[in-house]
Amino acid sequence: MFENLSDRLESTFKKLRGRGKLTPSDVEKGLREVRLALLEADVNFRVVKDFINRVKERALGAEVLESLTPAQQLIKIVHEELIHTLGETAVPLNLSGPKPIPILLVGLQGSGKTTTAAKLARFLKKKNLKPFLVPADVYRPAAIDQLKTLARQVGVACFDTQPDQKPVDIVKHAMAEAKAKGYDVVIIDTAGRLHIDEEMMNEVEEIKKAVEPRDVLLVADAMTGQDAVNIAKSFHEKVGLTGVVLTKVEGDARGGAALSIRAVTGCPIKFLGVGEKLDALEVFHPDRMASRILGMGDVLSLIEKAQEAFDIKKAKELEKKLKRDAFTLEDLRDQIRQMKRLGSLESIIKLIPGIGNKLKDMPFDEKELVRMEAILNSMTPQERRYPKILNASRKRRIAKGSGTTVQDVNRLLKSYEEMRKLFKQMRKKGGLQALARNLFGM
Amino acid sequence: MFKWLRKKDKKETAEVPEEKKLLGKFKERLSRTREKLKEGLGEVFVIERNVDEKFFEELEEALITADINIDTIKRLLTPLRIRVSQGELLKTSEFKEALKAEMLKILSLEPPAFPPEARPAAIFVVGVNGVGKTTSIAKLGYRLKKSGFSVLFIAADTFRAAAIEQLENWGKRMEIPVIKQKLGADPASVVFEGLKAATSRQIDVALIDTAGRLHTKYNLMEELKKMARVAGKAVEGAPHQNILVIDATTGQNAVSQVKWFKEALPIHTLIVTKMDGTAKGGIVLTLTHLFKIPISFIGLGEKLEDLEPFDPKAFVEAIIP
Repeated sequence: MFENLSDRLESTFKKLRGRGKLTPSDVEKGLREVRLALLEADVNFRVVKDFINRVKERALGAEVLESLTPAQQLIKIVHEELIHTLGETAVPLNLSGPKPIPILLVGLQGSGKTTTAAKLARFLKKKNLKPFLVPADVYRPAAIDQLKTLARQVGVACFDTQPDQKPVDIVKHAMAEAKAKGYDVVIIDTAGRLHIDEEMMNEVEEIKKAVEPRDVLLVADAMTGQDAVNIAKSFHEKVGLTGVVLTKVEGDARGGAALSIRAVTGCPIKFLGVGEKLDALEVFHPDRMASRILGMGDVLSLIEKAQEAFDIKKAKELEKKLKRDAFTLEDLRDQIRQMKRLGSLESIIKLIPGIGNKLKDMPFDEKELVRMEAILNSMTPQERRYPKILNASRKRRIAKGSGTTVQDVNRLLKSYEEMRKLFKQMRKKGGLQALARNLFGM
Repeated sequence: MFKWLRKKDKKETAEVPEEKKLLGKFKERLSRTREKLKEGLGEVFVIERNVDEKFFEELEEALITADINIDTIKRLLTPLRIRVSQGELLKTSEFKEALKAEMLKILSLEPPAFPPEARPAAIFVVGVNGVGKTTSIAKLGYRLKKSGFSVLFIAADTFRAAAIEQLENWGKRMEIPVIKQKLGADPASVVFEGLKAATSRQIDVALIDTAGRLHTKYNLMEELKKMARVAGKAVEGAPHQNILVIDATTGQNAVSQVKWFKEALPIHTLIVTKMDGTAKGGIVLTLTHLFKIPISFIGLGEKLEDLEPFDPKAFVEAIIP
């Protein structure tokens, strides 16, 4: 989401980079570009003003003007101030104290509360906690059904809300049930409401009083414009936010709302919603995000993701096999399955430094992975282990069985051959880079 | 921001014995929104003063706060700056009226006929996630039905959990039939089946609810193209109108949304939703300026009747009170 902003800053600083020492007016010029970039990124103009002033104060000091690499210095200051504005460290959910722990999700209509509720449940389940989803939106038609369906998909329990119940009663009953059944975390999905709708804001205040949530999270759309400030302020004043979930981050919104909301409420951004799938939720790391804004990539998030998805035992086995040049189609299938677990290719590729921007508009056909797996599944174990036995009639059978064509099967075999060659080279060079190329460049 | 506008409309049409009393009530209801407005554009014009650089600076800032894009601000202010340099518009009150006139020039585009003439008329409603497509469809259906058209809903959002139920729910309330398949079904096939049904039942207007999709998702945009192609196979010339729904709270990303949706489908008109919030909706000016796509309706709340034809004049009066 921040990619556009980083493009902008980069070109600004490129201009600065070309010069030796800077004069104060050069710095001003650079900062004007930064200001414009931030405004175009939907950062609230007051927040921009403060930000620029802070940067300016430091930039006009000796550390930039005297430096031999002034642009680098300026980038460093902008980077530090970005981290400072976004919050210094990642702030986790407050999961201490007696259980069940209530978490309240609030926000405008269409910001993504229901989806976020389900994603959070999945996130907590992976941490071996027992979450309990509570639909408390009785206004939007089928909102309750939506959360119940998502709960089934995630495999967590969901309170059986009836549309004629009052939200305050719903949450009270749900808390009692959670206590009785021993759930750890109660995630309450409230109706979308306008921050100036007094009646609805009173309702959410009542809900808050009834359950005393440990965390009150504002779910906000990353595409929100200048009004993000008013929205966040109103919700904060009424229900006392403890954090923010920024959604729809995978689009091309520049996400200035993140800076605005943080600046105006002081509440940390805790999570990012990065896709429609239920695993598309990331913990927000201010330092990493600041790096991403400046186009330095986000390697740490990538590694974490990979660690979560990859089976270490299998990886070790694979390593051994690679050494012996015994990489079979069986192993390829394992790899594809692990890749699928890793999440959407697009979101992964964005994390790789220097690549994210370049591949921005490239289409990634995730269905290709599904097709590949289908082809591999249609082979016999023997065929997967000894691909050499694949003759024309076997290929026809495989194509039929997987709903593809013989050409598709051939294409897969060709990529497999290329991969094997690659591994061979890799054994010679022993390069990690080659492995990365193979993993992400198929 | 538009709540008060609507109330004003009502005031004009209803029989009002005591104008003053109502005005008081009206003011009270609006005090909050007004305050917010004053924070933005109103404030610049509160005190009559000379038009100078400081004024321009403040005005630019106010226009930015309203989510108006920098290019549009240039387009609005450049002709006015010239006039100021020629000795015109030296007082802020004169300047204000001239600025409103410039805004009106941008906004005055004729929206396409609604509903389009074809029978059945197939209308695609598209947009990113959470902008209010399904609710807008319900409101459009309500409006059409009230003016005597027969309507059919086609539930082509087969992705979001319970999206089909949401549309069915609205359909039930208004006695509008809904054509649907299972969650996860091919949306193009739902469209085909729906339009075939609309033809055989001699329905006037078929409203097609599509899944929310971020405009940057290549596959989903391809899917949309396919749906439109398939629609054309079911009914000659379909889709007859493609409506892009934009959330008024959206910032500059709305530009990107229009750009990419336009790549996939010809976008004939926009619906701007959630105009009842405090967002000033200046993005409306930017979109009409950059893309010359007219706005048909604006959404002003959650009720079925909360959809109004877009009135450029009223909009300008609201953004600069």
